[in-house]
Amino acid sequence: MSNKVTIIDYGVGNLLNVVRAFEHCGADVTIAESMNQVANAEHLVLPGVGAFSNGMKELEARGLIDPLMRHVVSGKPLLGICLGMQMLLDESEEFGSWPGLGLIHGKVVEIPDTGTDGQPHKIPHIGWNELLKPKARKWEGSVLGSVNDKSTVYFVHSYMAVPESEEHYLAGCDYDGRRICAAVQRDNVVGCQFHPEKSGEVGLNIISEFLRIN
Amino acid sequence: MSNFRLIPRLDIKGKNLIKGVHLEGLRIIGDPQEYAVKYYEAGADELIYMDVVASLYGRNNLSDIISRAAKNVFVPITVGGGIRSVEDVQHMLRSGADKIAINTAAIARPELIGEVSKRFGSQCMVLSVEAKKTGDGNWEAYTDNGRERTGLNVIEWVRRGVELGAGEILLTSVDQEGTRKGFDLELTRAVSEIVPVPVIASGGMGSVQDMIDVIKKGKADAIAMADILHYERMSLSDIRESALAENIHVRRI
Repeated sequence: MSNKVTIIDYGVGNLLNVVRAFEHCGADVTIAESMNQVANAEHLVLPGVGAFSNGMKELEARGLIDPLMRHVVSGKPLLGICLGMQMLLDESEEFGSWPGLGLIHGKVVEIPDTGTDGQPHKIPHIGWNELLKPKARKWEGSVLGSVNDKSTVYFVHSYMAVPESEEHYLAGCDYDGRRICAAVQRDNVVGCQFHPEKSGEVGLNIISEFLRIN
Repeated sequence: MSNFRLIPRLDIKGKNLIKGVHLEGLRIIGDPQEYAVKYYEAGADELIYMDVVASLYGRNNLSDIISRAAKNVFVPITVGGGIRSVEDVQHMLRSGADKIAINTAAIARPELIGEVSKRFGSQCMVLSVEAKKTGDGNWEAYTDNGRERTGLNVIEWVRRGVELGAGEILLTSVDQEGTRKGFDLELTRAVSEIVPVPVIASGGMGSVQDMIDVIKKGKADAIAMADILHYERMSLSDIRESALAENIHVRRI
């Protein structure tokens, strides 16, 4: 297990709580603001809260997209959290249409504002919800390796990822009958819609599993 | 709906965790860090910290307490008391808070609500309301821990606060606070029914039945608890188990 983690700081949201959670799990954390720091990463984390378009613009303005893509091509692990997970997809419908990193095929769309029963529900989707394992999906060896089906984690979001392929759908959750993507994975690229740094012991276990990926 | 949330509330004066009745007559309980870690480990869904004298002195003293907590507590932390500006919010977020509760400064200058939610997202902007009953179906908003009247009608004020960008309401009944006689159900319901954002009921939790009532009759999305936990009248896991037994959706630990 390598305990070196690089967390990207691109001016979006408060990443200190992500840093504290990784440190609690024994990681040696570097906060990266420059291309070189990202290029030297072993385990790379892309956190983020806020608007998709703003997140992509900030990554681009800092020249961080290129080293991030090289990191992925080299086969080293990448974890996107919340907005950082959504940016892994091809595009988002937030404020028109914005291109994402395209590392996982699919789109980011608004969470439907009613449940499947037609009753309005609260947006953003905030609070603790259960992680659901898709049928025929194994969590062994993934970041969810030490997590039980139906463990609860903490969400705060108004948009959701819709991966094209069920293969990349690592976990879902149920919001009044609506299936919301909670985690994605394509090889070394992993994303969590929820906040592992705010999800108690379950979240810390997920962080520790990510650190164990070689 | 999302899981119903159980939230310990830590009222702080200086370095101490304290507890009062009707937000007054404060008694020292102990070291806030000890209680925060205990509640986190017992499965608290979030924590709320309130600097109860901050508004009087115009500053929030919690930054050190929050920095310490954030190293050991990995659930969302809300901080309130004496927060007056976007800079104050930034400072508390850097210390480790996830959400900020604002009462006095939002009443003095309602635009602050919009400034905070635009900059940090509405999920970060909790409107804290101290409500005192004035008659049938009417409540007045108070500031400075129920000491100062504002003349504002709670229902109108909450509606306006949400329009301005508040993402959650922390609704404290000054009448019920610290009494262990149950939440103000009528107040909680009146607020929950007019706003689309989550409402945290605070003040009065004395028994499991109080919790059930405020969920079922009051339509609350979460409860803040102090007295019942600090004095170990009940444990968080007892409360959680009782909720599950009543088919209330709470987080399973």
